[in-house]
Amino acid sequence: MSKAVTTKEAPPAARAELCGLTIAQAAAGLEARKFSAVELTRAHLDAIEALNPRLNALITVTPELALEQAAAADSRLAQGEGRALTGIPLAIKDLFCTEGVRTTAASRILEPFTPPYESTVTAQLKDLGAVFLGKANLDEFAMGSSNMTSGFGPVENPWRRKGSDVRLVPGGSSGGSASAVAARIAMGATGTDTGGSIRQPASFCGLAGIKPTYGRCSRFGIVAFASSLDQAGPLARTVEDCAILLGAMAGFDAKDSTSADRPVPYFRRAVTAGVRGKRIGIPAEYRMPGMPEEIEALWQRGVRWLKGEGAEIVDISLPHTKYGLPVYYIVAPAEASSNLARYDGVRFGARIDGEDLIDMYERTRAAGFGAEVKRRIMIGTYVLSAGYYDAYYLKAQKVRALILRDFEQAFAKVDAILTPTAPSAAFGMGEKMDDPIKMYLNDVFTVPASLAGVPAMSVPAGLSEEGLPLGLQVIGRHFDEETVFAVSGALEQAADFRAKPAVMAKGA
Amino acid sequence: MGYSLEGATGAWEVVVGLEVHAQVISESKLFSGASATYGGAPNAHVSFVDAGFPGMLPVINRECVAQAVRTGLGLKAKINHWSRFDRKNYFYADLPSGYQISQFAHPVVGTGVVEIELADGTLKEIGITRLHLEQDAGKSMHDQHPSKSVIDLNRAGVALMEIVSEPDISSPEEAGAYVRKLRQILRYLGTCDGNMEEGSMRADVNVSVRKAGEPFRTRCEIKNVNSVRFVMHAVEAEARRQIEVWESGGEVVQETRLYDPARGETRSMRSKEDAHDYRYFPEPDLLPLVLDEAWVKALAEKLPELPDEKRKRFCEQYGLSFYDAGVLVVDQVTADFYETVAKGRDAKLAANWVMGEFFAALNRTGTTIETSPVTAENLGALLDLIADATINGKIAKEVFEAMVETGRAPGEIVEEKGLRQVTDTGAIEAAVAAVIAANADKVAEYKAGKEKLFGFFVGQVMKAMAGKGNPAIVNEEVKKQLQ
Repeated sequence: MSKAVTTKEAPPAARAELCGLTIAQAAAGLEARKFSAVELTRAHLDAIEALNPRLNALITVTPELALEQAAAADSRLAQGEGRALTGIPLAIKDLFCTEGVRTTAASRILEPFTPPYESTVTAQLKDLGAVFLGKANLDEFAMGSSNMTSGFGPVENPWRRKGSDVRLVPGGSSGGSASAVAARIAMGATGTDTGGSIRQPASFCGLAGIKPTYGRCSRFGIVAFASSLDQAGPLARTVEDCAILLGAMAGFDAKDSTSADRPVPYFRRAVTAGVRGKRIGIPAEYRMPGMPEEIEALWQRGVRWLKGEGAEIVDISLPHTKYGLPVYYIVAPAEASSNLARYDGVRFGARIDGEDLIDMYERTRAAGFGAEVKRRIMIGTYVLSAGYYDAYYLKAQKVRALILRDFEQAFAKVDAILTPTAPSAAFGMGEKMDDPIKMYLNDVFTVPASLAGVPAMSVPAGLSEEGLPLGLQVIGRHFDEETVFAVSGALEQAADFRAKPAVMAKGA
Repeated sequence: MGYSLEGATGAWEVVVGLEVHAQVISESKLFSGASATYGGAPNAHVSFVDAGFPGMLPVINRECVAQAVRTGLGLKAKINHWSRFDRKNYFYADLPSGYQISQFAHPVVGTGVVEIELADGTLKEIGITRLHLEQDAGKSMHDQHPSKSVIDLNRAGVALMEIVSEPDISSPEEAGAYVRKLRQILRYLGTCDGNMEEGSMRADVNVSVRKAGEPFRTRCEIKNVNSVRFVMHAVEAEARRQIEVWESGGEVVQETRLYDPARGETRSMRSKEDAHDYRYFPEPDLLPLVLDEAWVKALAEKLPELPDEKRKRFCEQYGLSFYDAGVLVVDQVTADFYETVAKGRDAKLAANWVMGEFFAALNRTGTTIETSPVTAENLGALLDLIADATINGKIAKEVFEAMVETGRAPGEIVEEKGLRQVTDTGAIEAAVAAVIAANADKVAEYKAGKEKLFGFFVGQVMKAMAGKGNPAIVNEEVKKQLQ
């Protein structure tokens, strides 16, 4: 506390250009004492002050806490005790519970909720010295692909179509995280991915983002959407930054029975491992009718790059791909309908009193949940109901097993799979809002890996004709994030993606 | 033949199946580290997991699983090495997460059997369908505030075993015997304290009636019956109600009912139509529960001797009757007490003393084996004093009363009160001579053939010796001097 005050009395110049550094560069700069963690944090806080009112990327900003953490980071660095993330300013998706800092899941029902505990992932990031700038906006309870469903207002994508003022969505559900990192108001961010919620916004915002293997990161302290699919992962501006962040977030946690008790590899080394001799699968089923030409072209470019780096390209089949979306939109809402039952106004969060218990439940939930959340609770309740369970939920679980088998069979032949991340570039705010099915189609390429629990990463690979970023997706074997990083690293090198968004921290 | 109830149309058979909820004895709850201890200030034993806070996840408590497996082994049941937890979804204020984690489709324990004994000594096997683990809900109290309900979550998340019987029970007596036997086994195993008044064991009673030879008719479920007596009453009351419904041309509807002990009747709680749709599905926060073969084996090896085996052993080892052995194995403490007393002594005499004087003293003084001033060691010492002829049986009863009053060792009492038996033949000869001299008329009568008077002389001698004469020597001496 006193340190934060001291820095206030003698403010070092906030150096705006610091916001443009990658995490790897910033960590090196801090280590070499080229700038202080307080300077780095202050630069980001200034950028937040300037841009967040417009982007709405962060629901809650915690400048005092951030400066305190930054000051503590500086003293650690001064003692030569810097760790992997000491002094690195991050945004935390507001689905991660943070002790003493309001956690909303972008839902009005949690508007007054301040958890007295810390999620395992954020606790690990803190332990490694990270500075938390604030809590990033998202689709309500992570249900959405546009960030339009947030109870705290939509998030704006910092990118613009060429010659257009139309405000675009950042994708979702980790839209606030993606927008913040793309606009350089945070160096990296945590996200969660249930059916594409890290990868699709990464693709829309020109970022790298990885959903690791289910079980790689602890879910303890993350507000649950669909427990069998939810996974935490990072979004950052480079593949290497993602590797640094994931290394810090991952690991076994006895508090999450589904977390994997296996060592966390040194992901950062994998990024530059190259793809020579690697077999890369190209699944026929991802060539969807009506897919824009430029997406197909991007995919082909990716194939050529990898081939050029010495990879072997193999045509493969994932025959049950077309069932991915229907299965996802049964399984995820089913689990969500149960997971969200606890928001009943009894013990925490918002409550609207009623005549009796049922009336209180109804008023509280009617007022607290937005339309998309209600829609999914209704779908989930329906598919689990007596008489429908076998036809929907049970069938979906069987097909899910087949989708997993598709991947297992493919991975007997290839080391990684390359696909587009999303069927389109970022779309305008308000578009696709009339038909939920259209919105759900955003997830068509990302959902199968979620259902199979395999790791998958989106890498910025080029721009659309309209000048918007497009991502390629690399899918790997269970717990083989290293190959995913290696392939992604090679794609990143080849793509040499240098384009920057229209809205960005000054000087970055 | 078996039990039946007489209706206007003749005899009706009663068909009963029980679902017993038994609270697992464990340090902490089924899925959290919070204390599972009974009592405590309201909401003192509640973790964020129990309260269903956002982001909280259940982690299964190994000890609770061990307790369920032990219970399964005690019920001679199949242990399922692969089982799974499901969510049972419903809204209620004392169910924090809006679902109960339970084992619906794949219970940890499968079919087993419990042998019950009826008053006439008949033994009958009652099948166990399954045993599964689930978490308890909290407690809602509606009488603490004029317009609000208050919730205590201390119990929320505590491990329960639901033990489901086959519909093999066919009378109130059998239902009572089954609950008592189950409770006895659970207490032997140390997996549930069986305290029905505290709610740590409660039964849902499924009842239907039928004519001999018929298939099952519609059943009703009577929820949360909390004593053996009420279980028996509820079976009978519900069976009579159903008979009346059938005989008056009506139809029994499947529903959940409550037993009202004050009125001795059951009444409808909710019908099948408003039954919850629990929307069961596999709990995605937990992996399937896979039991290691060696672990189960280790638990089986450490299982205590159970009442049926112990009873059999008591018959064989101590030569007790099946009935007496049954009395002595009623619970582990009694059986242990008996065995301590019997060790190295006359086992039948020990049984008679434990079941006779000792149980009577417990009853009279309102104490239990644990609180009784008479320890097994001291009772054994008393038997030793009889065996080595330090005291006789009659004096032993007097010494025992002093032990009950003071809790002191019998040896001390005997010495202090000078109750040591007189085996000195000189003293006995003198006492007998004095009695004979003082009762010349009776001696004459005896010699004239009134042999019944023999006991009179013995009694007089014992009286004169303050009961301390060695009965065998006294007898012999009386006989001798009367000749």
